[in-house]
Amino acid sequence: MSLKNNLHNLKEKYKGKKMAPAFNAIHTFLYAPNETTHSGSHVRAVDDLKRTMNTVIMALVPVLIFGIFNAGYQHYAAVDAANGAVRQASLFGNFLTWENFIMGAWTVLPLVIVSYAVGLAVEFLFAVIKGHEVEEGYLVTGMLVPLIVPIDTPLWMLAVAVIFGVVIGKEVFGGTGMNILNPALTIRAFLFFAYPTWMSGDKVWVHQAVDLAGGPDAISGETILGYLAQNKAAEMTYSVSDMFFGFIPGSVGETSTILILLGGLFLIYSKIASWRIMVSAVLGALVMGVIFNGVVDAGWITETSKFYGLMSFDFWQHLIVGGLAFGIVYMATDPVTGAQTNRGKWIYGFFIGFISVLIRVFNPAYPEGVFLAILLMNVFAPTIDHYVIRGNVNRRMKRAKNATILPGDGEGKAQELKAETV
Amino acid sequence: MALLSKKDTSLILDPLADNNPITIQVLGICSALAITAELKASIVMALSVVFVLGIGNVVISLMRNIIPSKIRIIVQLVVVAALVIMVDQVLKAFAYELSKTLSVFVGLIITNCIIMGRFEAFALANGPWRSFLDGIGNAAGYGLILVIIGFFRELLGSGTLLGFKVLGDPIEKTGLYATGYENNGFMLLSPMALIVVGLIIWVQRSRNKALIEEN
Repeated sequence: MSLKNNLHNLKEKYKGKKMAPAFNAIHTFLYAPNETTHSGSHVRAVDDLKRTMNTVIMALVPVLIFGIFNAGYQHYAAVDAANGAVRQASLFGNFLTWENFIMGAWTVLPLVIVSYAVGLAVEFLFAVIKGHEVEEGYLVTGMLVPLIVPIDTPLWMLAVAVIFGVVIGKEVFGGTGMNILNPALTIRAFLFFAYPTWMSGDKVWVHQAVDLAGGPDAISGETILGYLAQNKAAEMTYSVSDMFFGFIPGSVGETSTILILLGGLFLIYSKIASWRIMVSAVLGALVMGVIFNGVVDAGWITETSKFYGLMSFDFWQHLIVGGLAFGIVYMATDPVTGAQTNRGKWIYGFFIGFISVLIRVFNPAYPEGVFLAILLMNVFAPTIDHYVIRGNVNRRMKRAKNATILPGDGEGKAQELKAETV
Repeated sequence: MALLSKKDTSLILDPLADNNPITIQVLGICSALAITAELKASIVMALSVVFVLGIGNVVISLMRNIIPSKIRIIVQLVVVAALVIMVDQVLKAFAYELSKTLSVFVGLIITNCIIMGRFEAFALANGPWRSFLDGIGNAAGYGLILVIIGFFRELLGSGTLLGFKVLGDPIEKTGLYATGYENNGFMLLSPMALIVVGLIIWVQRSRNKALIEEN
């Protein structure tokens, strides 16, 4: 008997019992369901929710692997820096090494495991209580969460945040597909507001920096946004290519813009994510960046201003530091919480980019404005859609009202509506 | 003959659970979010509202036949304002630190929807004894939720209860903090109070299905 048969028999055995959803979930996780709808016509397609989720996870794997190497690399680079030696990143020289991989895997994989174990446990629990099938929604969330938190986030905090995010962010609204807020960002926001000392500052981005703080071996790693917020751009040793390739401190998976870009192209190619949202969000960020650069060029603020560092930052470089690229590609494009209409997607995406840079510059306490911007626009997405649809309805009503109706042909047949000419 | 008839008992007990002003009628949310970061403040606020609503209901009930209905809101405001000023002065005299913590929210008891709601809905149509019971019951129902929220917010947000460090010292790293536990700063922010209210409503409705509206 094959595994598939075993699972199927198990499923039959528990049919109608309380634990049935849990066994069904294990069965359908590995194999396509062998059932069809019992009434009416239906389309059987391969791109179901599970396939969609798996595609996003495939796009996330390179980012995860890079994050693992970068975690190790940043640790050893910070140790070097504490000893007075500046490390110059080179991909094959000192980045893709076993040393980095082992150090990174040792710290990143527990985050992944805790995220999935706790999140799926909550999903299973709710499926059993509510008596419906286990939903696939957590598959992507579980992968996103470890990628958007600082490397040394204590595991119990992550577990608490995941429970909060999945229950309050998703299950209370009715589960996958019904949530208003992106669950991964709800988890990030919970961590940020609940345990701010673990989520920002110059100690949390490098493995062991918190443990060693104050001691003789103290190490630290300020993010680029951190440097800029303190007007210390001159002390920064990272080049633009470092920022683009991702050899910089930051949350686990957000640093490598090139891999995120490739992931984004893959998602657009596979038609999983909306290119409209990505393009408009990039435009929004660039517009806001240009405005700030213009303010600096016009001489309205001087170097003494606390906003100078971030405002004078080249507008296009905003895209390659911090979590902006990651947020735009993987989280703003969430089909559940984003805008649904095409025109709405342009507006929704534009404001995400625009507000992200705005928060980033104007509130140094929230150097990472991306998650707040996306959560805010998640809330507004239904409103945007509503007005886009209303606008369309009004336009068509107007067209219908101005239409000339020709007299009938005498046989009581339909009258011709000259609508399209208006 | 019992001191309280069956109807009188239900006047006091109903608002504690199945007709709770906060979780069922969703009134008085503002102060429930604003001052519940500490248990002590919650308790004092609850007692203040019990006093104001209990006495206020009696006063309005006694005057119910002589208040011209066109100006009844103003009369109600005068009564509640007088009582609130008394509470405020007592707090300033005997618990100055606490009155600073509560700041404007003692004064804002005047605008607490529950108080005006009970004046309008009950005291204007019932005798003083019934009105007194109704006032005490509703204020207690409000206070109960405040104390529950205050308990969880102070325990999880600051690791203390009524100022006592029940979970250990976060700076010295004793007690629970020695294991790496940290206070949840989110609990001290108002949004989390709203979520706690939501969770209480959730628990209450899943225990009593009759409360769930059909839609």
